[in-house]
Amino acid sequence: MSSELYNDGPVVHKPTFIDGSSVEIPELKILKQNGSVYEGSDMPEMDEALAVKVYKTLAFHRVLDERMVASQRQGRLSFYMAALGEEAASVGGAAGLKSQDMIMSQYREQGALMFRGFSLENFMNQMFSNEKDLGKGRQMPIHYGSSELNYMTISSPLGTQIPQATGYAYGQKLQGLDEVTLCYFGEGAASEGDFHAGLNMAAVQEAPVIFFCRNNGYAISTPSDEQFRGNGIASRGVGYGIKTLRVDGNDILAVIKATQTARTYALKENAPVLIEAMSYRLGAHSTSDDPSGYRTREEEEKWQANDPILRMKNWMLLQGWWDEEQEKSLFETLREKVLAAVKVSEKIDKPHIDTLITDVYDVPSRQLTAQLEQVKAHINKYPEAYPFTAGKF
Amino acid sequence: MAQMNMLHAINNALDIAMDEDDSTLCFGEDVGHFGGVFRATSGLQDKYGKLRCFNTPLVEQGIIGFANGLASQGSRPIAEIQFADYIFPAFDQIVNEAAKFRYRSGNEFDVGKLTIRSPYGGGIAGGLYHSQSPEAYFAHTPGLKVVIPRNPYQAKGLLLASIRDDNPVIFFEPKRLYRASVGEVPTEDYQLPLGKAEIVQTGSDITLLAWGAQMEILQKAADLATNDGISCEVIDLRSILPWDIETIANSVLKTGRLLVSQEAPLTAGFASEIAATIQQECFLHLESPVERVCGLDTPYPLALEKEYVADHLKIYEAIKRSINY
Ligand SMILES: Cc1ncc(C[n+]2csc(CCOP(=O)(O)OP(=O)(O)O)c2C)c(N)n1
Repeated sequence: MSSELYNDGPVVHKPTFIDGSSVEIPELKILKQNGSVYEGSDMPEMDEALAVKVYKTLAFHRVLDERMVASQRQGRLSFYMAALGEEAASVGGAAGLKSQDMIMSQYREQGALMFRGFSLENFMNQMFSNEKDLGKGRQMPIHYGSSELNYMTISSPLGTQIPQATGYAYGQKLQGLDEVTLCYFGEGAASEGDFHAGLNMAAVQEAPVIFFCRNNGYAISTPSDEQFRGNGIASRGVGYGIKTLRVDGNDILAVIKATQTARTYALKENAPVLIEAMSYRLGAHSTSDDPSGYRTREEEEKWQANDPILRMKNWMLLQGWWDEEQEKSLFETLREKVLAAVKVSEKIDKPHIDTLITDVYDVPSRQLTAQLEQVKAHINKYPEAYPFTAGKF
Repeated sequence: MAQMNMLHAINNALDIAMDEDDSTLCFGEDVGHFGGVFRATSGLQDKYGKLRCFNTPLVEQGIIGFANGLASQGSRPIAEIQFADYIFPAFDQIVNEAAKFRYRSGNEFDVGKLTIRSPYGGGIAGGLYHSQSPEAYFAHTPGLKVVIPRNPYQAKGLLLASIRDDNPVIFFEPKRLYRASVGEVPTEDYQLPLGKAEIVQTGSDITLLAWGAQMEILQKAADLATNDGISCEVIDLRSILPWDIETIANSVLKTGRLLVSQEAPLTAGFASEIAATIQQECFLHLESPVERVCGLDTPYPLALEKEYVADHLKIYEAIKRSINY
């Protein structure tokens, strides 16, 4: 317990402003776009097997996104959100963790769940909200979750998972577990009050949590200079007394290295870390958005040349861990598998009518049970109006 | 058995809960060493350590967000919001997150171990922001339980039940009664059921219903009416959500009359939900309109507090109105 205030800075005798320019924020880069590594780089802990797994995950991510955006355009799916151009942030973050670590995410981090091994069927069943969906078809597409894989179920309200991650990590510490929590969010969500709450509490309560911000330049149509005026998100970490790292988010080696280092530090010191991964949202915000209304083609093209998947492929080729033949067959197989899975999942039944009222509470209240009975009686009276459920209870 | 005021009873319940389960934590603003501004968590940090009972930064959305995370991890958080008036910054974490955690994840995750405690209600010259009764805002949120005790015995038994219940519970404590209400409380562990109203006094002419600190005022009005020869059935709702329709409806089927009193403003208060439901359940048995005696539809005032509140005289008048209808 202490209320001591200290000031190590120089004493001045005239009003003297300070601003962010007095803090220089280094950006970690390891891998160049041509696949070579910057001289003197600290490499992440990664052997060939892990590298191949990471690369295959990136490829799966790219293919799934392309196919699902197309499926949405065909009207087979109500909604989708791709992570085009920033897949390295989510996949690299997960690759820098241990499987027992909790991941809490915003919605553009499917890559982390893919890395953890969530099956193609599970992805599809969630998107088609059928009876095999782990979430029982209750949430919009891409709101995945899996307790088995330590991936917290996603929810739409932005930033809410940030203080939750602090609490989760505090519980892990309290129970003496060899675990951390990693929490993803966008630079837009970082403007929410929950960002402030979560980071400040993590510092004060000494929680082993890694805050991972994907700064991709836009929150829907809002460019980052209309989101904040400080030096990105990283500059704020310092103000909360949190160890902070900025990393090239399109550089998978840098992301993995940053996350591994953050994990070690968070566990050892029981303290939070903030990582800001600089990237660019190459695709639309979601299938309901058209970016041509708020940004230029030239800007997008500049970032297309920065493709994180191509960058990793170039490195894999140089390592001799990958070749063009493997590349071709991997992408072809993935495309076939995804298309086949769409066809299966879209035909699976909707969830049973009883799931309307389960899980509101641990057991349905009497009011809920009565309401369900009323709905069922109503469906029996007008079965043709309720084609998914009529005759199925 | 021991004489306890409501704060002692609450402190005793927290002590029992922390003692039985190492993963139970108490935290909030000034909750740690100081023991809370009302001293409800007094002595807990000394006994269970700083890791399990501590001050948080001053940020309600953070306190409940943090608590949601803890509960989903498997710990048993008991979060304190210093005054119910200041629970609104955490409204999003309660309504969009805590209440929907289990449902939205298909039971992959839940925050059933979460309890939120908060002093509520008026009568202490607290003005706009130390007097509110926000239960109706939460009653509109499926997934939550909302519980309000009326005295020390109820407070301990209902709080222990709330802490152990496998759903997020908001536990509103009538702060006007923290020290004023004293009674016999078992020192050992016991629980009172959630979702069950309690018939405090049986009667045959009219059903009088309230909760929390309003029970004392309701009882005073009932005593006045009894002197007039009116037989009042007095019921403490105890749980706002889910609420005990059956006990209330059975009572009204017998008496034919219902009066509901709450501290909160009239419009869209929980009394409205009760009135509508009972009107539907007991339509043919009602002999007069359901009376609602509530706060005015204004912010909670300071100087004119006495005029604003649903006091025993306003309730007494409403009882007579109902009987003479
Ligand atoms: C509390 C809240 N406000 C608004 C929205 C609507 N919304 C959804 S995504 C989004 C932009 C988020 O941008 P950012 O955090 O930068 O992430 P990105 O989409 O760029 O990955 C907004 C405003 C929401 N879901 N929740």
